Amino acid sequence: MKSIFTTLKKAAPAAAFTLAMAGGAALQSCSSGPGEGSATAAGVASDAAQAVYVAPGKHDEYYSFLSGGFNGQMSVYGLPSGRLLKIMPVFTQHAENGYGYSEESKAMLMTSHGFVPWDDLHHPKLSRTNGMTDGRWLFANGNNTPRVARVDLSTFETVEIMEIPNSAGNHCSPYPTDNNEYVIAGTRFSVPLDMKGGTADVSMDEYKDKFRGSISFIKVDPEKGDMDLDFQILVPGFDYDLANGGKGPSSDWVFFTTYNTERSGTLKELGASQNDRDYLAAVNWKLAAKYAAEGKAKEMPAYYYHNKMDKDSHIAKSTIKKSVRYLLPEDCPGMMYLIPAPKSPHGIDVDPSGEHMVVSGKLAATIPVFSFSKMQDAIKNKEFDGEINGIPVFKYESVLKAEVKEPGLGPLHTEFDGKGNAYTSMFVSSEIVKWKLSDFTVVDRMPVYYSVGHLMIPGGDTHTPDGKYLVAMNKITKDRYLPTGPELSHSAQLIDISGEKMRMLLDFPTVAEPHYAQAIKAEKVAPNSVKFYDLAKNKHPHAVKKEADASVTREGNVVRVKMTAIRSHMTPDNIEGVQVGDTVLFHVTNLEQDWDVPHGFAVMGANNAETLIMPGATQTLKWVPKKEGVYPFYCTDFCSALHQEMQGYIRVSPKGSKTPIAFSTGKKKQNIPGTASAK
Amino acid sequence: MKAYHKVLMMIASLSLGLLFLFPMWKIYLKAPQYPEGLEMHIWVNKIAGDTEGAIQNFNILNHYIGMEPIHADSFAELKIMPYIVIFFMVTGIVVALLGKRKLVLSWTVLLMIGGAVGIADFYLWLVKFGTNLDPTAPIKVPGMTYVPPLFGNKTLLNFEALSLPAWGSFGIFLAILLAALVYFFSRNTVQAKATKKVLA
Repeated sequence: MKSIFTTLKKAAPAAAFTLAMAGGAALQSCSSGPGEGSATAAGVASDAAQAVYVAPGKHDEYYSFLSGGFNGQMSVYGLPSGRLLKIMPVFTQHAENGYGYSEESKAMLMTSHGFVPWDDLHHPKLSRTNGMTDGRWLFANGNNTPRVARVDLSTFETVEIMEIPNSAGNHCSPYPTDNNEYVIAGTRFSVPLDMKGGTADVSMDEYKDKFRGSISFIKVDPEKGDMDLDFQILVPGFDYDLANGGKGPSSDWVFFTTYNTERSGTLKELGASQNDRDYLAAVNWKLAAKYAAEGKAKEMPAYYYHNKMDKDSHIAKSTIKKSVRYLLPEDCPGMMYLIPAPKSPHGIDVDPSGEHMVVSGKLAATIPVFSFSKMQDAIKNKEFDGEINGIPVFKYESVLKAEVKEPGLGPLHTEFDGKGNAYTSMFVSSEIVKWKLSDFTVVDRMPVYYSVGHLMIPGGDTHTPDGKYLVAMNKITKDRYLPTGPELSHSAQLIDISGEKMRMLLDFPTVAEPHYAQAIKAEKVAPNSVKFYDLAKNKHPHAVKKEADASVTREGNVVRVKMTAIRSHMTPDNIEGVQVGDTVLFHVTNLEQDWDVPHGFAVMGANNAETLIMPGATQTLKWVPKKEGVYPFYCTDFCSALHQEMQGYIRVSPKGSKTPIAFSTGKKKQNIPGTASAK
Repeated sequence: MKAYHKVLMMIASLSLGLLFLFPMWKIYLKAPQYPEGLEMHIWVNKIAGDTEGAIQNFNILNHYIGMEPIHADSFAELKIMPYIVIFFMVTGIVVALLGKRKLVLSWTVLLMIGGAVGIADFYLWLVKFGTNLDPTAPIKVPGMTYVPPLFGNKTLLNFEALSLPAWGSFGIFLAILLAALVYFFSRNTVQAKATKKVLA
């Protein structure tokens, strides 16, 4: 089967492409029996089990962060074992720990559209120092309601989410520069901007005249990581797909792939596939920042949310921003250029030397590699072929270095091993293709199952790749695992790239869609991992730091329960005087100062979720009882031998009842360690 | 006594200062779910641990078996002991300055007695905590007591307890050793004096 495929490819790429699109399923089905997957063992290294085996109690060499795509979360896997370590909620409510449900975290998901409890998280990007991943933060994009999030890798918690105005489909995002000077976010969908921070009510027929894209430049505080939208560039109304920062000589530049340069407003599947060439946009971000600083930026009204989690109180607060600065390329000579690229490109990847810009055009038969030095010459010699919105367009040949011939079908994304090789994922022919940057020839192929999207090499998008492993992220799994009904998991495949030939090592199902990923040596992250929060530094206004201070107070219709949790009881655990229709706020403080002792809190009939409280922290769950009676609450995280006993009751009386507020824990003087030892 | 005897005697009394810099005794606990271990540090003036929350963690674990919570306020000794140490340091320096051999001996013996009393007191506390258990405790093992070892290790349910003197105690040991050496080496100086007397 493989040889037929190769022959076809060599003979007529276009024909093979069509065949693969139409016949992929048929070809797969001919070899799969009733049980296990087709070509199960193809390419699997004979010592694969040994290569990925991490013995019980041992740690993985790498952390990898796989985006969850349509689940709006991020999953943390150890490599090479593929062990799932954690799911980090970012843009999506997480009932499991109360993220987006607890009173403290709700503000994280606020936007100009109100509370948006879900998003589509595509691209995680690690923060950088001198062009290398530094393990401090992880940036991620929300695609649907344009947002950029920052996860703190000392706590593995989402600590900041910034909404992006003048954007729609924040796909081309978030791309950090060498020292996180900027995290850059481009819009996938161009929209008609009303220049007041919203989109205008115009007919879709006016796409060509009225629709515009935007590229946002988010400043990042070098110490704290706090984000701030510095300015935007308003760009032609294309679709901006992916981006990559330059390196070394090109590190002042960032490159963006675009499609739908036809500016079609409907049936983009065809409309955006008419031109043979779309563009690679090159933006000199340093020059852009200079123009913005020197007063070239104009200001327009805007309305967008910036949500930050306070590290001492664990309370998220939203700030509404009311204006945004913008640059127009036509006012800023030398800031932006367009390079013709094969139609509807996806990946743009700059090699570690900073010289080669590799464009993976998913509908193209070759992979064009552009040259940064040729681009510099072309700028000098004005080798242009017209302009769009005042942006010069280069002649294709003036910037082209070479084309990788017959790479496979549907090239999507390329990363590098730092040893002179590039690896490109082939969506249509379901394979990873290794080629040389020296002579642009293909040297190896590895089938993957099936329809690989992005691939990832630890640091493979930075100055200094760590060329040991490659992770292929596959959209389709069909017969690869035990079937689970119509909805099947996506998968990740781990490939050893340390030698001449790629070796398939491991294949594991993933949480939702692993769209793109990052990985980093464990030693850059693990030593900074927080074990618990210092109770003494807890600045939550409703925290109680010892059991003696626990209280229940009525403020009109609101009953505030300031509760403590410690192995293995809650204080108070008997509460009375609550009435039907009251808003009860359980502010639960976990008094523990020990590693791995979270307590959970859940109360019967709660319409939100539970909340998990980490040691030293305070979390609040809102509860509105609708009927009189007695309701149990309990600890949901198995904390100790007497976890099952860690429970209490809250009595709800009819509205207007005379039952006074009362609360207690235990009947007589008892041995309660929280009282005894908490300061 | 010669000058170097006096200096040695001063070092002996100053080495007691280690008690203010380091714990006297350490109790290490290890259990399957505590791979990182849990340490209680007994100082001359406080009870602490290897982390801020260590004592709270000891108390949380101990309350299941009905042990009384441990906190610094329950030990009057912790308030008195620093003064006793200071007393020994001051008198030690005075002894060094006076250079009287007999005083060196008395100081050393007194310090040895003080140290022994301290260890005995510590043991009594261990017994008290280990045996005086709340009858309403959730975990009751018939006949089981939880007296931690004074020295060495012992298995208590799922915990392995190891108890060892720490650098603070080494200060007392050093003081006794150095003072004893001063007493020993200075014997000739006294004999010389005695000889002189005889000859005169």
